[in-house]
Order: sequence, then C-alpha cells, then structure tokens
Amino acid sequence: MSTDPGAAGATGAAPGVVGSSGARGARTAASLGLPDAGPPRFASLDAVRQGLGGVGYLADESISGVVYLADRLSKPVLVEGPAGTGKTQLAKSVAELAGARLIRLQCYEGLDESKALYEWNYRKQLLRIQAGGPGEIESGGRDGERRGPTWKELEEDIFSEEFLLARPLLEAIRSTDPVVLLIDEVDRVELETEALLLEILSEYQVSIPELGTVRATRLPMVFLTSNNTRELSEALKRRCLYLHIDYPDLDRERAIVRARVPGITEELADQVARIVRSLRTLELRKAPSVSETLDWARTLVILGTETIDAAGARDTLHILLKYQVDIERAAKELLSVS
Amino acid sequence: MLDLLSGFVTELRRAGLPVSLTEHLDAADAVHHIPLEDREALKYALAATLVKSSTHWRAFETAFEVFFAVRTGGPGEAGADAEDDELGQDADGAAGTGGTRGRGRSPNGAGGSEGMTPEELAEMLFKSLLSADAAMMNVVARGAVDRYAGMEPGRPVGGTYYLYRTLRNLDLDAVLAKLMDQARAGAVGAGLTDLEERLAADEYKARIEKFRRAVETEIRRRLVEDRGAEALARSVRKPLPEDIDVMHATRDELAVLHRVLHPLSRKLAVRLARKRRHGRKGPLDFRATMRRSLSTGGVPIEPRFRHPRPAKPEIFVIADISGSVASFARFTLHLVYAISSQFSKVRSFVFVDGIDEVTRFFEGVADPAEAVARINLEADVIWVDGHSDYGHALTEFHRRWGDEVTSRSSILLLGDARNNYHASQSWVVEDLQRKARHVFWLNPEPRDYWGSGDSIVGEYAAHCDDVVECRTLRQLEHFVGNLA
Repeated sequence: MSTDPGAAGATGAAPGVVGSSGARGARTAASLGLPDAGPPRFASLDAVRQGLGGVGYLADESISGVVYLADRLSKPVLVEGPAGTGKTQLAKSVAELAGARLIRLQCYEGLDESKALYEWNYRKQLLRIQAGGPGEIESGGRDGERRGPTWKELEEDIFSEEFLLARPLLEAIRSTDPVVLLIDEVDRVELETEALLLEILSEYQVSIPELGTVRATRLPMVFLTSNNTRELSEALKRRCLYLHIDYPDLDRERAIVRARVPGITEELADQVARIVRSLRTLELRKAPSVSETLDWARTLVILGTETIDAAGARDTLHILLKYQVDIERAAKELLSVS
Repeated sequence: MLDLLSGFVTELRRAGLPVSLTEHLDAADAVHHIPLEDREALKYALAATLVKSSTHWRAFETAFEVFFAVRTGGPGEAGADAEDDELGQDADGAAGTGGTRGRGRSPNGAGGSEGMTPEELAEMLFKSLLSADAAMMNVVARGAVDRYAGMEPGRPVGGTYYLYRTLRNLDLDAVLAKLMDQARAGAVGAGLTDLEERLAADEYKARIEKFRRAVETEIRRRLVEDRGAEALARSVRKPLPEDIDVMHATRDELAVLHRVLHPLSRKLAVRLARKRRHGRKGPLDFRATMRRSLSTGGVPIEPRFRHPRPAKPEIFVIADISGSVASFARFTLHLVYAISSQFSKVRSFVFVDGIDEVTRFFEGVADPAEAVARINLEADVIWVDGHSDYGHALTEFHRRWGDEVTSRSSILLLGDARNNYHASQSWVVEDLQRKARHVFWLNPEPRDYWGSGDSIVGEYAAHCDDVVECRTLRQLEHFVGNLA
C-alpha cells in the first residue's frame, strides 16, 4: 500500500500526481497518473469469451466485449438488467477467471462511509490513549518526569494505519494481490451516498483526511450491479462502462442450461429453454429469470422427467413463476389447463 | 474513423441521448482496443461507452445501423444489376444451400435484380424460416426488397414505407400459417399437443421477426447508399420512449411505452416513498428534546424533531376516454394507480358524453393495465352520440359525486377539451375549485393548439390551479411526481 500524506509527494508505487482536471483525453492509466494497470488481463476478445465459458459463464458478444474493454480501459463496469440474469455471477466468474479475490460490497439503504470505505477503530484508539498519554499529565501534573508521549505524537500515532479498519472499498484499493471489486445493487443507496463511490471509481484512490490519500497499487476490476429501481446519477454513469444484460436468447439459454445442470439431456434442455422463452412473451408480473430456469431444469432432472408434458409442467410451474396470478395465466395460455 | 465517430455522437445527441464529452473520448479510446473489422464488437464498444440506459438502446441501435451500415452490395446497385447479383452470390457463397442455388437457376429474363419470381421467393422464404437459416434469410430479404419495395433513388419516402410495401407482398401471416401446418403434419401420432403447438408458433414467430429485421436492415442499407448517413439518420430517428408523443404514437411506439411504463411507475413510487421518509422538516419535538437533554445535564444539545406526516392527497381522476385522447388517459390512470400507495385514496371517472365511476375496476386487481383494459369494455360512458361533451359529463359529475369532493381532494381533469361546440358548463370546474384543494387540467395537446377550433381549454383554465401540457411520459412522470 502506498500512502502519501498531503497532496503532493508521490511514492514509488504510484508514479505521478493524480491530475484532478485535464488530461482526460487519452484515458490510459499511464497518462492519468493512475497506478500501473499492469499487463492486460486478457489477450483478446475471444480469450475473454472462452475463458468465461471455461469457468461456467456463457457470455454473449456484448458481455465479453465489455469485460475486455473494462480491462483495457481500466474502467469500472455498470451492469444493469432484470433480476436473476447473472449480473453478480458475472463478477464472480471474472474473478475466478482472472484468479483474483472477490471483494463484495452489498449496498443497502443507509449505507455510509464507515461501512463502505473505512472507519477509525475508536476503541483501540481509546485504549492507546489510556495506556499511556497526556491523560496522566492532566491527572498528575506534578511528576513531569513520568510523561508519556506528547499530545502531538499521540495524535499522529492514533491516526495511523494501525487504527484504521478497512471496509470493502478501501480493502480493494489496498490489496496487493489481484482483486475484483463487486459493488452489488448500487441502486439501493441514496443518491447522496453514491458520491462516495465517485473518487474510487475514477481515480482508484481514497482520501482519508487524517492520513492522506490511499492509492491503489494494483488496479482492481470493478463491477457495479443495479436492478434499476431508480435512475443512477449521471456522474456515476459517466465513469462507468455500461452493460445491459437481458434475458438470453434461445440458443444461449439452452447452452446455459446444458452447462449448469449436470445430467440434463439435450432434448430436455431444448424444451426447457423454449418453454421459458414462450413464458417471457406473456405479460407476467415477473418473468422467469435465468436462475429460475436453472432451478426448474434441476427439478426436472431430479424428478427424472424426460419430456415435459402439460401436466408435468403445471406441477412444477411454481418454481419458475413466483406469483399466483402468473402461474394461473401461464397455465391457461400455455398449457391449456386451469 | 474519428470523424465518423463525431458525426455519430452528434446524431445521438440530436436523438436526445445525453452523451457527454468524457463519454465521447472514452468511445474514441475504446475503438482502439477492438478489431475494427468486427462490426458487432464495435457496436458493443460504442454502446458500452456512449449509452448508459437500457431505454436508449433502440435509439442507439437505429443510429448505429445507419452510420455503420454493412455495405455489401457494392456501389453499383442501380446501374450494374448483373454485377451486383454476382457480388451478392459471392457474399452468400458460404450459405451454399439449396435456396441460394435457386437464385442461379431462375430464368434470368427480367434482369439480375429481379431474378426471382414471386413463387420462388415465397418458396425460399418458407424454406429459410423452416430451417432457421440466417444466411438464406438475408438472401431472401435482399430479393424481396429488390422485387417489392420499388425503391428509387432520391425519392423522399421513409424506410417504413418500403418496409410496408415489401412485407405486404410477402404476406408473413400466411407464411406463419403454412409453417404451422407443416409442423402439425410433421408431428407423429395424434398431432401436436397444445403446449407443443404454442412452442412451435413462438419459435416461428421469432424467426419471422428475425426475417423482418433482415428486410429492415436491407432497406436501410440501400437508403444509406442513396442519401448518405446523416440525411437518413435524420429521417429514421426514433424518439426516446420518454419523449414519444402519446397522442400520436404508432402501435409499435405504444408497445414500447407499455414496456417502460411499469419500471417507470416503480421508480416513481420508490422515489416518492423515499422523499416522504427522508423529509426532515417536522416540527420540534419538545418532549423528546428535553428527555434527551438529561444525558447532557439538561442542556438541549441535540434537538429532536417530530417525523413529518405529509398529508396524502385524495385524488379524483376525471378522464376523457374518447377517440384519440384515450391512450393518454390510459397511461395516466395506469401511472396514478401504480403509485396509489402514495395517495390516501384514488377515485377515477371516465367520460365521453356520459360519465361513469371506474374505481371498482381497480379494486383487488394486481395489474392496473388489466383494469384499464376492462374500462374500455365495461364502463358506461355514452349518453347520446358518443362524441365528447365535456359540459354534460362535468355537470353529471357534479350532480352525482360533487358532494364527495372535500378540501383534501385534488382533482385531475384529463382531456383535450375539444367539446364539439357544446356548452362548456365551466361553472362546474369553478365550483370544484372552491371545494377541492387543487384542480389540475392535463392536456395531451401541444400548447400551441390550445384554444384552436373547438378546443375550449381556455374557459376551464380560468378555474384551474394549473393547466399542464402533458404529451410525453416524461412530462406525465414529472407532474405525478410533484402531485404526491
């Protein structure tokens, strides 16, 4: 980890001073004074795709393309899409592919700095003060020879790294081994809290007033996911690459089912994918997601189903659909049973 | 390339996408990292850097197709037909299926580009759809556009016109029926079960949609060659879903609106709920402040405030559902009900020349869309002839429900106030304004048209707190958001 107290003074690991303005033109890591991005993680578009396939994530063109670009441009990726289409899984799979540790920050309403970035360890600081400090001078001013450290020394001491509790964002920045940072469901935090993320997303650094600026020694790959319950701020969007993951098309869904459900036959996977596609064309309150499709396929395999007929589908429909009205409608429209 | 990109970004901005300078630079940077010959990769690189909202995707895609169209046919489209045909053959050589050969077999009488007879074309289309052969579909699309679109250079017609002409001649509905027959005939035993039939139908519909896109792409490609990218972009520009004019929306656009309406109302509800929870403007809570001050030796260091309880308004929606304003009324009702948790009560009335309360349709229904659909069928809104009569409808409202309007009610009147020269009876609105907290009039017409012809919105406006132009979802969302 490299810290530089004050604004100036760059350390060896982080060459150059971060330009706060200008120099946004060529957004390569070097020209921005960002920490060394290191060698690209992925050699080519195809490498990303095959690699993700290798760890069990079947990416389509857009997904692999954006992951590749995120690596090359050193930018975070904002992933949006309906629930259960593999947004979080993408970050996990990329971490697995890149051999990196996954650091996850689950967002929720009321998330604040002390939970996301860092916090001073107050108890430890207090103990340190009590263990020997100016407190003694105050109580017993007579014996000057028994003085502990001066207040100034003590202040410098208790605001050092030893007393810092790293929360996910700082942890990802400080880590010396490769990490993938996943900021999950970022749309759940309030608009104001979003601002916390801006510095880390664009400059890969965290400013701690008492300590200085902590820069990343290694650029983490950052994924943000959003379920789109509210519009994210322009400032956040501008700093990210945008990836919208929708429900997969028939072929991809079939491939996903084949890959993730052991022991499923080609024929059954095909049928599952086709029924799910048809269900998604209906006007449902909640269309079946990929994860629900997989659950359904697993159930069918466990039940020993070879081909799906109307009755069998009706009995297991509640795994795909989570609202009674949806189940009824699907049964009526698709299966002609009520 | 950079020039092309600049033009593209300019076009996106014209279409209403907020593309910042940083994003433009990012895009320029991104294209360095991808193989330029890979069109799909280029598309995703640009999308990732320039488009930051899924609802903008359609506008982006349209612009992209125009600016980075595939130029396969070669420049000599109109002049050198024969050459073009050869190029086409080469490009599709990989397809190599029976269908492509069909092109070669055709009696080359009428000149290259019209090489296929309608029957052959239909046959090929059928085959390509049956086998889901993308390359063959493209060949058919090209042939069909040659044959049916009747495209002439320099003709100032939009792409949709050509699309319509081409598809009308192909009669895709009949093709679908034929495909289904084929599927039924191919089934073993007692034919298809209902489930299988439905699945097959969906499969073929998806393929036909794919073919439709192929035709669209083909037409667009030719138009670009004819007119140049920027000119064409102007004519095919599609408004963002939020900016579609509800009154004049096409069927496709209405479908788009329906899709964005649900997430929109959900977002609005979340936003309003948050606003309500975080509004810290309650009055000082004296008791709690004193209690708290005990821990600081009686000094009230930290004042406590009561949680604010903003009054939830009671809403009366009175909507004109005649003719063209109907779709607007539907959207408004939908939106109001989707966030009805933010109001203490929502009551809705619809009218043409008679008026009927439709609140009951929304009760116990999970999906407002369903209720709105039922209103059109079941509400009793015709009094005499089924032409809007605001005067009569309002008088009737006043007579039957006027007493129920209280000082906590907000009244929303929806309509264009085109009264077919009946009496306005604006005293009703005046009286309502006296009783109710607010009276708002939402007019789906552009402000310039107000008061022209038989529009008498001016007469009512005198008695409304505000008259709002509400043509797009964006305006509607803004208004409803302020209301709660």
